[in-house]
Amino acid sequence: MTEPTSTPAERPVGGDAPLLQVRDLHVDFSSGGKPVHAVRGVNFSVYPGQTVAVVGESGSGKSTSAQAVIGLLPGNGKVVGGQVLFDGQDIAHASKKEFVALRGRHIGLVPQDPMSNLNPVWSIGFQIREALEANGLAKGAAAKERAVELLEEAGLGDAARRAKQYPHEFSGGMRQRALIAIGLSSRPRLLIADEPTSALDVTVQRQILDHLDTLTAEMGTAVLLITHDLGLAAERAEHLVVMYKGQVVESGPALEILQRPQHPYTQRLVSAAPSLASRRLESVHRAEVVEHAREHAVEAHERVAGGTHAAVGADTATPNVIEVRNLVKEFHLRGSGLRGETLRAVDDVSFSVRRGTTTAVVGESGSGKSTVAQMVLSLLPVTSGSVLFDGVDLTELDRKQLFEFRRRVQPIFQNPYGSLDPSWSIFRTVEEPLRVHGVGDAKSREARVRDLLEKVSLPASSLRRFPNELSGGQRQRVAIARALALNPEVVVCDEAVSALDVLVQGQILTLLNDLQAELGLTYLFITHDLAVVRQIADDVVVMEKGRLVESATTDEVFESPKQAYTKALLEAIPGGSIRLGA
Amino acid sequence: MSETTVRPGQEHYVAPLDTTPLAAVDAVDESTPSASLWGDAWKQLRRRPLFIVPSLIIVLLIVVALFPSLFTSVNPRYQELSRALEGGSEGHPLGFTRLGTDVYARLVHGARASISVGLITTAIVVVVGGVVGALAGFFGGWIDALLSRLVDMFFALPLILGAIVMLQALQGRNVWTVALTLSLFGWPQVARIMRSSVLQVRGNEYVTAAKSLGLGRFSTLARHVLPNALGPVIVIATISLGTFIAAEATLSFLGIGLPSSVVSWGGDISNAVPSVRTDPWILLWPSIALSVTVLSFLMLGDALRDALDPKGRTR
Repeated sequence: MTEPTSTPAERPVGGDAPLLQVRDLHVDFSSGGKPVHAVRGVNFSVYPGQTVAVVGESGSGKSTSAQAVIGLLPGNGKVVGGQVLFDGQDIAHASKKEFVALRGRHIGLVPQDPMSNLNPVWSIGFQIREALEANGLAKGAAAKERAVELLEEAGLGDAARRAKQYPHEFSGGMRQRALIAIGLSSRPRLLIADEPTSALDVTVQRQILDHLDTLTAEMGTAVLLITHDLGLAAERAEHLVVMYKGQVVESGPALEILQRPQHPYTQRLVSAAPSLASRRLESVHRAEVVEHAREHAVEAHERVAGGTHAAVGADTATPNVIEVRNLVKEFHLRGSGLRGETLRAVDDVSFSVRRGTTTAVVGESGSGKSTVAQMVLSLLPVTSGSVLFDGVDLTELDRKQLFEFRRRVQPIFQNPYGSLDPSWSIFRTVEEPLRVHGVGDAKSREARVRDLLEKVSLPASSLRRFPNELSGGQRQRVAIARALALNPEVVVCDEAVSALDVLVQGQILTLLNDLQAELGLTYLFITHDLAVVRQIADDVVVMEKGRLVESATTDEVFESPKQAYTKALLEAIPGGSIRLGA
Repeated sequence: MSETTVRPGQEHYVAPLDTTPLAAVDAVDESTPSASLWGDAWKQLRRRPLFIVPSLIIVLLIVVALFPSLFTSVNPRYQELSRALEGGSEGHPLGFTRLGTDVYARLVHGARASISVGLITTAIVVVVGGVVGALAGFFGGWIDALLSRLVDMFFALPLILGAIVMLQALQGRNVWTVALTLSLFGWPQVARIMRSSVLQVRGNEYVTAAKSLGLGRFSTLARHVLPNALGPVIVIATISLGTFIAAEATLSFLGIGLPSSVVSWGGDISNAVPSVRTDPWILLWPSIALSVTVLSFLMLGDALRDALDPKGRTR
């Protein structure tokens, strides 16, 4: 044990005693009636200069543990047992004043959301200066100078000008760099990084984490990294702590845990981690799925034949169910001048989707991938070019044909909390498409809804429930059931699994894959996550800033990417380089 | 990442399985009873004194307004000038007014005027303001521009001043004319609230999902947008009900609201003013009734706001 009397800053870096020791930590939340035990008996230690990652899904207590360390638990949370030893001193029950002295100066924090953690009315430079002055490190002109230095250090070019800018002038990655500058401004000995990059694009994520690594290594700062991404944790940390339901289920050296996970939960995590999986999910032979899809299409044609849809129904189902030709979408932005500016969100994009397969459109934010999806769904008018569905141009459909088209192409959206009407029961939600399209009578509709819920493996008791009672993954399954209600041929998944925990994500992907085989579906999968692409897609379309960069089969893209941008995307997948044990 | 020797406290640790049993991934919790959003709000409300007390008062007021004869058998218009300004006595608990009518009987019969003006006005305001706000918010574009300017024009006219001017020009004043006049100047507030609420709901993915199902625009508005945008409107409607009752009393006090043939608290307050120095209690009773009524609606509105819109809660 070290001398508790000497101040932490004076001690040399890299001692033998742990910098942070969490012992048997218990945290309770009081919400109305019974207390909720969010963290139960957590133990871990962080040595000076070391990076330790706490991994877990949402609700596992990983962030709560970190908040307890820095005394930032929400109002209804309380440490009810155990110790938090920082440099040998117990700070689990430290007063507000003691924490104020500790925070910033000795323990820094990089928060999760770069969008809401900077104050929009103050310049970036001012906010860094504030941190310096609050910790008594510099004042006035000296603080100004130091702020610019810190920004430079955080990897922002032209720092002197940047310091005068406001948060809205910064991109997400730049804001996170500014937050890192603030977090490290007083050279703390421990930096808590709570999901520092989960809101950023993969290539930006990689740059930021690389930079953080370099900085903390230079300064000898220990890092407590909170993340949901096992691959990322294993790549960045020496020591891993895996949390599940408020408890530590496994901890130890990062590589050892990854290669020889022993607790069943860790094993589950390792096998589900999308960044580590390497194969497309296989349920049946792909050729059979494609054949099934063709039959499904023919049935659909027979269903609409006899109506006025001779134009829509060609004699046989075309092999390319969707063809996108020279698609362009321009948005007019309000801006200076009378005319404003024009943003070309989608710029001359062409690709096709083979029936019965999954085509993934990959890109970072702002690449125009979701705009493409909206146009394929005919939710957004095209500026020029065309989208052909089964050989027919979508712009040429009249009202009735469009209504029929909607029955054949259905979407699944990203946000599981926004895609279901909160005031509708699950039954009504899944029944709605049938009702809108006048399918069957009340009795047959109910049977169909029950059948659909079974397909997405939700218990029949969920029929009477409301979306607020279900988890994100369960809501997404309801959204899938709704999308499948009309027996569509194509399902457009717009970031459908991006908001879900790894295990749930794996489960939903498997479900989608099984449903594809069972129902002969064609998927257009919009995603930013190449790891997901590898699991589900047959073909990949890579987009960057509205343009199509590369389009090939998944194997080709992963094994021999042709374009530099695709290579950069592939390299940025966290944990991609780590080899797994048997 | 260099391979170093494992330091004390960082040995490979595996929790025994029985301390944290592994649950199936993402299983549905079937133990809890199902509850809708409205159900949740109700569950929360029914235990709160801020909701219970005003609700009981309002229910009592409505019963009084519907069946005044249950509470008094005295005719509120019968004048016994000989007993004017007399104190409480057998059968006349609160005494007599300056004109010799029974204070208690007038109090009971006055509830009807206040409550009906409040309810009618609120109903009109919610329908008109709600429709205008919903159309403006949902369709946007030139419809929004047009309707919003209309709302702004009416919003600029003060409620009481506008009502005074209107009612002075009107012949044959009764509960309906007063309610219509108040509605004319009251709807813009509801329209504004409804518009912003609809704007917020419109951006949700379930609205896009409805569109891609082929659901028409008006059906989407009616089925998905309105039910979810209603919360703030209910709150503002409850609160304005109180202010409309107060406004009616103000107008009646000024002598341009309800005619003297209708028994109303505002009119009674007005009649009691000349004798306020000698007999303040005649003024006091209708004033208390009015305040309690208005306060009840304001409190109920606050309680509803807490339940329906947890974001607005301060604490």
